[in-house]
Amino acid sequence: METKKIQNFVTQNAIYIVLAVLVIGIAVYDPNFIGINTLRDILIQSSTRVIIALGVAFILITGGTDLSAGRMVGLTAVISASMLQVEDYPRRFFPDLPHLPLLVPVLIAIIVGLLFGLINGIIVSKFKVPPFIATLGTMVAIYGINSLYFDTEPNQSQPIGGLREDFTNLGSGSIGSGQYSFPFIVLIAIAVCFIVWVMFNKTRLGKNMYAIGGNEQAAKVSGINVTKYLILIYSIAGALYGLAGVLEAARTGGATNNYGNMYELDAIAACVVGGVSTTGGIGTVPGVMAGVLIFTVINYGLTFVGVGPYWQQIIKGAIIVAAVAFDMRKYASKK
Amino acid sequence: MTDRKYALEMKEISKEFPGVKALDGVTLQVRPGTVHALMGENGAGKSTLMKCLFGIYKPDGGEIFLHGQKAEINNSSDALGLGVSMIHQELHPVPFRNVMENIWLGRFPLMGWGPFKLVDHKKMYRNTEELFKQLDIDISPDTLVGKLSVSKIQSIEIAKAVSFRSQIIVMDEPTSSLTSVEVEHLFRIINDLKKRGVAIIYISHKMEEILRISDDVTIMRDGKKIGTWPAAEMTTDLIISKMVGRDLTQRFPDRHNVPTGVIMKVDNLTSSQQKSFKNISFELRKGEILGIGGLVGAQRTELVEALFGLRDIQTGSISIHGKEVRIKSPGDAKRHGLALLTEERRTTGIFPVLSVHENAAIANMDRYVRPYLLIDDRRKKEEANNMVGKLRTKTPSPKTLIMNLSGGNQQKVLLARWLLTEPEILLLDEPTRGIDVGAKYEIYSIIADLAQQGKSIIMISSEMPELLGMSDRVMVMSEGRLTGILEGDQASEEEVMRLAAQH
Repeated sequence: METKKIQNFVTQNAIYIVLAVLVIGIAVYDPNFIGINTLRDILIQSSTRVIIALGVAFILITGGTDLSAGRMVGLTAVISASMLQVEDYPRRFFPDLPHLPLLVPVLIAIIVGLLFGLINGIIVSKFKVPPFIATLGTMVAIYGINSLYFDTEPNQSQPIGGLREDFTNLGSGSIGSGQYSFPFIVLIAIAVCFIVWVMFNKTRLGKNMYAIGGNEQAAKVSGINVTKYLILIYSIAGALYGLAGVLEAARTGGATNNYGNMYELDAIAACVVGGVSTTGGIGTVPGVMAGVLIFTVINYGLTFVGVGPYWQQIIKGAIIVAAVAFDMRKYASKK
Repeated sequence: MTDRKYALEMKEISKEFPGVKALDGVTLQVRPGTVHALMGENGAGKSTLMKCLFGIYKPDGGEIFLHGQKAEINNSSDALGLGVSMIHQELHPVPFRNVMENIWLGRFPLMGWGPFKLVDHKKMYRNTEELFKQLDIDISPDTLVGKLSVSKIQSIEIAKAVSFRSQIIVMDEPTSSLTSVEVEHLFRIINDLKKRGVAIIYISHKMEEILRISDDVTIMRDGKKIGTWPAAEMTTDLIISKMVGRDLTQRFPDRHNVPTGVIMKVDNLTSSQQKSFKNISFELRKGEILGIGGLVGAQRTELVEALFGLRDIQTGSISIHGKEVRIKSPGDAKRHGLALLTEERRTTGIFPVLSVHENAAIANMDRYVRPYLLIDDRRKKEEANNMVGKLRTKTPSPKTLIMNLSGGNQQKVLLARWLLTEPEILLLDEPTRGIDVGAKYEIYSIIADLAQQGKSIIMISSEMPELLGMSDRVMVMSEGRLTGILEGDQASEEEVMRLAAQH
């Protein structure tokens, strides 16, 4: 009985155990790994990723998928950066743009994300295009739109730089100073995690999302307007990508049309490693957070102990497949 | 305009699908506080009519009145709002969510203000407990639905329908996966609902149930209403003859098969799963039809699936022609001359988007592969089409997609699939489930013919008349154990029930 309990505990909490083992393993190899600075770096690097991953999680849980996430991040990064350059920067995207309150471009970027999410939602729920195809299409198209915007006079596809300090502060500033400072970006990410957690667990929207992914027909005959909720969920995801795009520009102090490339795959990987089912109906916020952290720890930790980037890729790939194989055991009916 | 004494009146409802007139001016009048049985063969239009009532389909013509008021029903939530709820034939649980969320799906109790409303879990829990107490259901509201048995899920669906406080409840085959004890429980709930003035539309193929609980019976055939009668005036034969449109003198064909020597011997077979079958021993003769009876959960399907190599065996042995065989996979089973017609035709039988002949040939591809690895397409088509034709399958063409065939004809294609492999032993798991009365007779004839040709047949059936009418011997299982084998002349409904309920 005891061994069964332990087995059960391990299966249910595998993701957190893997995370702990990774951290301990790296720390044993190089004790310098444990420290406030490492922690802060890992959290900062995880911040935009977790926001994107949560957006993708919304959609995966409904039984869909979203390949356009990364390109939306790129588009919204460019849009926000283009409106938040310092006035004396020689190559401004909009040479005559007055000083806007920080919130305006940020909101514009988030709304642009939301609108493209809305389009995804309409294509998927109204026109019944499988999400994989629908978002494959918008992924390609959004990159085109972003490149067009990025290529307008006078910018002509030059990387956007010279961002305002109040903007870059969102990405690299912190409360307090020195060793115990707390980065804004981490604070924002934690707030987003909390809000999404409430949405998943405490709101009608969240319950309906799980129901739609678990059994769409059941949701329909229970009187849920599935179309409406799908559109809503894709829009929320889009808004999250918008926010992530803003933070990505702020964090790196610039933007190009190639920003966000392939981020959707990292996000999907983090979700599935965190226990979100790609067939829908299953997934938790803490799981997604742990999934994101695992990948950041691998990136950061393995670089820290000197493992080459190619080896890191191999390890990441193996972890994705192993995590899902392990997860299938949890749900597979035993014969 | 219309009579107020009816809880529901559907007037002259018509619905056409491309090429089919699914409903042709059907009128249905249901009195409050009664159980109204809706009967007809599969494809007669019962489910279509109910889907029109529930807003899943939009009728092309006709009107719906609820308590004398004309009703506009465009989707499921309209129907639920107007006090019409439905227990669907295919169960609709959300597996990874708990019981209470499944019940209150679409109308969670909320707390808070404006757009910031949160789901009130405590209230939902209390409401579920109250509902279950009222219905005498013993399930914890926070159990994951995926962990419950089919019959428990069925009772949750029933509770859900009741929880809408609807005045009209449609039950589409509600007892299909219930044990007899649970059926009694359902009938108590139905009686209780009747007393509260609720009108129940009850769809079932089980005559005994219909005659027991219904007040009125409406019979449909080919999208038309044949008539409505008080249940007290009806008998099983009368209902069947009206459903089929001809007098049914004989429900089962005459059998001329003569069982001879033992072909398969199963000795002390025990599953590797703890709660599955244990210590099963029996013999099967050449040319014999061996029926397996029992309740849901008796592990009959698990047993035949184990014989076919789909499930692991812990101990025990299987011998065919006196030689012990090891069957680890369906491939092994095929090589030893076994064939399995699975219980769930739709999910584990047909390949819906493949043609009839591809469906028939699929289990036999090995034989059509020529030495240079390409398929002998002509031979494949010829043999498949021959076999499909031999079983008198009605299909517009061998190229028709199998999903466009009726259940009975799909089943014939699946039988053809296995006959092409030239098996000696056929394992048939509920071979006539979901097949209408006319087509059932044809399936029975095929089974009887096969036995006469010397094939040995193991047939699981939950329909008592079928089990008794078709089997040379009846083997009864209960909770994974074999509780008795009855020779044809000793087998009676009472005896089978007694063994099936034995603990």
